[in-house]
Amino acid sequence: MSRPSSAAGSAGKPAGRFTIPGSGLAKGLAVTLRTMTRKTQTRQYPDVQPELPPRTRGVIGLFEENCTVCMLCARECPDWCIYIDSHKETVPPATPGGRERSRNVLDRFAIDFSLCMYCGICVEVCPFDALFWSPEFEYAETDIRELVHERDRLREWMWTVPAPPALDPAAEEPKEIAAARKAADKLAAQAQAEQPGRPGEGDA
Amino acid sequence: MNDVLDVALRLLAVFLVFLVFPLLVGQTEHKVMAHMQGRLGPMYAGGFHGWAQLVADGVKFAQKEDVVPAGADRRVFQLAPAVALLPYLLVLIVIPIGPGNAVGRFVDAGIFFVLAVMGVGVLGALMAGWASANKFSLLGGLRTAAQLMSYELPMLLTAASVAMAAGTVSLPGIVDAFEWWWVPWQIVGGLVFFTAGLAELQRPPFDAPVADSEIIFGAYTEYTGLRFAMFLLAEYAGIVVLCALTTVLFLGGWHGPYADGLGWLWTLLKTALLAFVVIWLRVTYPRLREDQLQKFAWTTLIPLALAQIALTGIVKVVIS
Repeated sequence: MSRPSSAAGSAGKPAGRFTIPGSGLAKGLAVTLRTMTRKTQTRQYPDVQPELPPRTRGVIGLFEENCTVCMLCARECPDWCIYIDSHKETVPPATPGGRERSRNVLDRFAIDFSLCMYCGICVEVCPFDALFWSPEFEYAETDIRELVHERDRLREWMWTVPAPPALDPAAEEPKEIAAARKAADKLAAQAQAEQPGRPGEGDA
Repeated sequence: MNDVLDVALRLLAVFLVFLVFPLLVGQTEHKVMAHMQGRLGPMYAGGFHGWAQLVADGVKFAQKEDVVPAGADRRVFQLAPAVALLPYLLVLIVIPIGPGNAVGRFVDAGIFFVLAVMGVGVLGALMAGWASANKFSLLGGLRTAAQLMSYELPMLLTAASVAMAAGTVSLPGIVDAFEWWWVPWQIVGGLVFFTAGLAELQRPPFDAPVADSEIIFGAYTEYTGLRFAMFLLAEYAGIVVLCALTTVLFLGGWHGPYADGLGWLWTLLKTALLAFVVIWLRVTYPRLREDQLQKFAWTTLIPLALAQIALTGIVKVVIS
């Protein structure tokens, strides 16, 4: 049984190399002393707000105007914590003699954060960008029922959603901008094609 | 009448030191340990960096119920904390902090008194362990006893070495006789004394008798409220006493620049430095196993202490 023969702690080292007895003990003391002179790791949370990364999953905000009551979020939610009620309304025809249209009107949109597991599938799956992650996290309640956030509360969270982080400099152009640029380029090309055509027209 | 007043004032001063210094050490331990572990430690109690944390702890302890287990030996159980705490108060009375008569009470056989009374302190833990009617407490108490047996000896031997060097057993006498070259001369003895003292106080890394993760605070398992607080206070008072004693015996007490006016400050400074080392050791090293503890005392400390005595004797003969 190889046990340190004394507290010097030089056992366990390869036999060939000589170590000063007690150097391990001194090293230990040096480590603690060095740590003492360094900055502490403690986050003083309630006094100092934490610096959260921009994509923090704190709470989900609802941008109601974008919601078409397609129910995709509610159906994809793994723990069924999204409640949606809606009814259909008929919209009078836009032009006289046109056909009446029907439209979904949102009656209730609620997320039960006591069930939510913050997977973010609803945010991912929403085709109309109506759900967003917000980094706010201080919404603990003393009554579990209070954790069901109704649409007005979800709307309030929406205002805390930060602007999306800037794209990587080498990233591909966002689709909207690419599409807009394409259209603008087309128009410009058209104008170009028309411009040289004009003097030709005069000639003819 | 004047004498009575003088004695009363001295005792009052010692008592104040006894109440305040352990708390200072405790608070320093909170903070130093926290920073050595990359934490901040207490930050709320008292407002500024948690300076009143131990006061708050004291208030909490005072509010707690004082429970005595049904199977416990009631009288012994209740008496144990006092037995653990009082010896350190008595020791403080005879420790000189400055030149002249800056001492609670001048005792001729100071070293004998101090070492004998400090040994009684450990008896408190032994009583607690036996009287608690709890197997963990009993284990802790027996470990305390074993530790006392093996570590009291090197302490006595090294103290004897200093007494030999000074040619007196009175504490102020030893400091008076001190020369600067005593520090390298007695350094081994000083280290042995300090280490053995740590073990006697059951401070980490020699805390196998209280090992909270192993035998649930050993002898203190069944204690609650103020009685438990008294054991804690005894531990910190023990640190103060041990550091002060090491200062007086091995580091020359009040000796230093401007010793006539500021001698007491030198004593306090050296004591505080040693208290820091006690905390530092606690943070740095893991607990020794019970057999390692015994082995360390008998095969390392005692031979070193004996060698120190031999060295002291030789040097003493050579220079006289």
